[in-house]
Amino acid sequence: MANEIAALPVREAGNNFYHQSTNKHTGILSWLLTKDHKRIGLMYMIAIMTFFVVGMIIGLLMRLELIAPGRTIMNAQTYNTLFTLHGVIMIFLFIIPGLPAIFGNFFLPIQIGAADVAFPRLNLLSWYIYIIGAILVLVSLFLPGGPIDTGWTFYIPYSVRSTTNVSMALFAAFVLGFSSILTGINFVTTVHRLRAPGMGFFKMPLFVWATYATAWIQIIATPVVAITILLVIIERAFGVGIFDPALGGDPILFQHMFWIYSHPAVYIMILPAMGVVSEIIPTFSRRTIFGYKQIAYSSLAIAFIGYLVWAHHMFTSGMSDTARWIFSLLTFIVALPSGVKIFNWVATMYKGSIDPQAPFLWVMNFIFLFSIGGLTGLVLGSLATDIHVHDTYFVVAHFHYVMFGGTGTIFFAALHYWFPKMFGKMYNKKFANAAVALFFIGFNMLFFSKIYYGLYGNAEKIL
Amino acid sequence: MSGNEKHHSTGYGIYIVVWLALLAFTSITVTIAGVSLGRYTLFIALLIAAIKSALVINIFMHIKFEEKIFKVFLALSGFTLVIIFLLTFFDFIYR
Ligand SMILES: [Cu+2]
Repeated sequence: MANEIAALPVREAGNNFYHQSTNKHTGILSWLLTKDHKRIGLMYMIAIMTFFVVGMIIGLLMRLELIAPGRTIMNAQTYNTLFTLHGVIMIFLFIIPGLPAIFGNFFLPIQIGAADVAFPRLNLLSWYIYIIGAILVLVSLFLPGGPIDTGWTFYIPYSVRSTTNVSMALFAAFVLGFSSILTGINFVTTVHRLRAPGMGFFKMPLFVWATYATAWIQIIATPVVAITILLVIIERAFGVGIFDPALGGDPILFQHMFWIYSHPAVYIMILPAMGVVSEIIPTFSRRTIFGYKQIAYSSLAIAFIGYLVWAHHMFTSGMSDTARWIFSLLTFIVALPSGVKIFNWVATMYKGSIDPQAPFLWVMNFIFLFSIGGLTGLVLGSLATDIHVHDTYFVVAHFHYVMFGGTGTIFFAALHYWFPKMFGKMYNKKFANAAVALFFIGFNMLFFSKIYYGLYGNAEKIL
Repeated sequence: MSGNEKHHSTGYGIYIVVWLALLAFTSITVTIAGVSLGRYTLFIALLIAAIKSALVINIFMHIKFEEKIFKVFLALSGFTLVIIFLLTFFDFIYR
């Protein structure tokens, strides 16, 4: 097999950027049937950003509904649906594939000097699987039964009893998982087999390291959620009683299996973002990265420790006390490799000649917002304080500070940082700087207030 | 398949033997599900599952005949899985 991969034809690089078709087709077909990693990355970009806008509009509608007590613009069922869709779209269609599928596809082969990813056809297939999964989500909205209303975590027993189209939406998540797995397999193989001669593992750019660690999580963790989802679908269809307590099942088992994937999935979201930060900070500080090896290893460490902490999402779900303190302890260990990264980034900036352009400003945004996310995480990771704030807006705030303040801002950072490389022109710098400022103000107005009223007991799922 | 790859003609015979073994283990699982084994129930179920997956991974998935790196990565994944099982038991046993 090894020789088969190595024998891939090397395309003439240089004058053949993605503008030219690399297959026999022209026009839209040359894109839809392309095996070019750059074109596939851009196709992912169009799809993912479309869903991001949809998810954002849904979020806006939810906030509008909550602007005054009682019914404002929609009824309770519609709100529950939008609540679920916002989560499903933003998690499964935007933030999980966001950085690896767009920027990983586009830049990972370039950064290690490969002509393409190891399996270009599989890469195209993963895009189609993503689109099929997205279409299934959309179809589930319009079938009789109505759109899913369980929340994006699909908790048992409600997800077994809800009469909405839960099975179809779950199947969509199942399909989307395969897209993620295929991307992971592609990246791991590419990094092992297609590095340019002389490019040792410790010469790889740190974005590649981060994407490589992410790819391993995609491969190992995603099947767990796929199995869990299948079991729920089977349970709904045949009443088997794996999770539903009324049938002798164990609902906490569902939460275990769900979070065994979904906590590592948090690192699928954040690790590539950290890789982008490790690219941008040296560029705009005009210094080489401080502690290259430590940052590379810390990516692997985060990927590994990420498997050991999932039950911190279940402190109030009724699992054993022993498990609660063990998972609380393990959760704090994640702070170590994350701290290694933060300190190395700051040390890179030390005495650098900093050029605060838009990508760098986005990264500063990231460090500030992600730190708030991390610190609120300490409150949630401690057993006693978690009991006070569980299921409140405090959790919502923490989650959005980590995911949107973390990965979301770096999505924009990467977009600005690589925009000239991807599109051959510079973005409007004034506009970009204004966007950073607007984002910073708006984000904190929205979510810092949630920390406050979460502490005062405002429940998470409320109308 | 490239030319200089080592060929392992496992033959259909071994595949059929493995398949029969898998069927046998499945029927054992189903049978003992009705027998009360007390605290050994879970242990035996996991043992049978482990043997079955070892057969599938080594023979059907051809890992036995592959390069070392595949075995190393598979072992790492298996190790992660074992840790996940162990951690889950901290809930299951003490609940
Ligand atoms: Cu978590």
